[in-house]
Amino acid sequence: MKRLLILGGGTAGTIAANKLRRRLPRDDWSITVVDKDDEHVYQPGLLFLPFGVYRPEELVKPRRNFLPHGVDLIVGYIDMVKASDNQVILSDGRTLDYDYLLVATGTSPRPDQTPGMTSDEWRQSIFDFYTLDGATALRDKLANWAGGRLVVHVTEMPIKCPVAPLEFAFTADAFFEQRGIRGKVDITYVTPLDGAFTRPTASKQLGGMLHDRGIKIEPDFVIDRVDPENKALISMDERVIPFDLLVTVPLNMGPEYLARSGLGDELNYLPVDKATLQSKQYDNIFALGDGSDIPTSKAGSVAHFSADVLVENFLAHVSGRPMSRAFDGHANCFIETGHDKGLLIDFDYANEPLPGKYPLPFVGPFSLLDESRVNHLGKLAFRWAYWNLLMHGRPLPLPSHQLGGPQKPRADRLATPGRS
Amino acid sequence: MPVTTLDGHTVHIDDEGFLTDYDEWDEDLAKVLAANIGIDLGEEHWKVIRFLRSDYKERGETATTRRVQTVGGVPVKEQFTLFPNKPGKKMAYIAGLPKPRGCV
Repeated sequence: MKRLLILGGGTAGTIAANKLRRRLPRDDWSITVVDKDDEHVYQPGLLFLPFGVYRPEELVKPRRNFLPHGVDLIVGYIDMVKASDNQVILSDGRTLDYDYLLVATGTSPRPDQTPGMTSDEWRQSIFDFYTLDGATALRDKLANWAGGRLVVHVTEMPIKCPVAPLEFAFTADAFFEQRGIRGKVDITYVTPLDGAFTRPTASKQLGGMLHDRGIKIEPDFVIDRVDPENKALISMDERVIPFDLLVTVPLNMGPEYLARSGLGDELNYLPVDKATLQSKQYDNIFALGDGSDIPTSKAGSVAHFSADVLVENFLAHVSGRPMSRAFDGHANCFIETGHDKGLLIDFDYANEPLPGKYPLPFVGPFSLLDESRVNHLGKLAFRWAYWNLLMHGRPLPLPSHQLGGPQKPRADRLATPGRS
Repeated sequence: MPVTTLDGHTVHIDDEGFLTDYDEWDEDLAKVLAANIGIDLGEEHWKVIRFLRSDYKERGETATTRRVQTVGGVPVKEQFTLFPNKPGKKMAYIAGLPKPRGCV
């Protein structure tokens, strides 16, 4: 009996468990998922929670509900991976032996990594929204906030769902307008990038949309510290940005166990071959999702688009065949732009986001790089597809290649758009 | 890729002036590149530049400012002092490496 151990039962680990269970014979292979708890959070919903669109309990379901029969879930904290011994040690002392390991433990916000961020002002005037606790606390704050200087801030790239802070700014603009206090709110978008977004084409368009909404942008801002007493962000080159309410995206890092195990890079991400998704250090370790160092967005759509490549390469590798599938870095994201509108961007390692249409039967077509109401509805509808199709590894009739790029659609590569 | 001559060195560069061939760089050229952007290279600068060169050779990627801090041992704040305003880009430019990946 061969043992596959999957570390992490979130978006990536759950998709992989479903797809691999269907392909690996049950008489020959056991599959076990390890996670710290049995709560699967629908992370795309966290953006909407602060604005009262969802309640926290609507965004959480048991992980077990989405793992198929024949996949065990072990709840426990991972202490370390002893890769040379093919063992995972849990913090309660349990030892799990494996033949193959899939790292799918993602990335997490780390406010503790920026001096002054987790001070007395944390969750008083300083908030994050990438956690259920943080988004819920921010909802309560926004419900009673009378206005002032709102600073939406990105600490350092890469971050999970790189468009979410922009969406937060757009949605906040619409939210305050609806509450009739937009005139009392001054919104500034502070980013370490030299523009609104990472890719030039999208950056230009999104930068224009910030401008149109009266949202100021402060680019090239590399934070040194938060000054909680004077309520200000201070950059490495001593620029000072005061705030009354700070909504920050803290530094994102992979889990500490990868660092302890000598498997992580400087941000605790697992270095892998960006085409095959196999570890550069150990050929029986693979990674799927946000926890690897592949140079594309950290996003559910990427986990989804790369899952088929991972599965085919994994099956080839374990049967001694060469790995023939190469991931192209494909990512796409619905971008919520406020006032019940949204836009969709789609790109990969080589190709920029392009204008055009994204074909989706029944509810589409979605407009690429162009605001429309149907894009917003697509984003809200995605929650149903996430739980009912995506997590079970079922396809939607969509091409998984980059739209408008040089590749031609292939009927055998079906996928669903994710929300980055 | 455009070809240009810098102080007698013939090199390939991209649209923004970053060298595109790792092996066309040498330490003399680094001084010329640094002077182009108003930097006079001292020992602290060289520590960063040499780290970037060796790290790139090993990994095939230009180190980020965080990696220069964590692995190269030079704090980001000091990188800002040595290479003002945009240290990531300036360090890569002088080291003859591609612009660090803009993040994705």
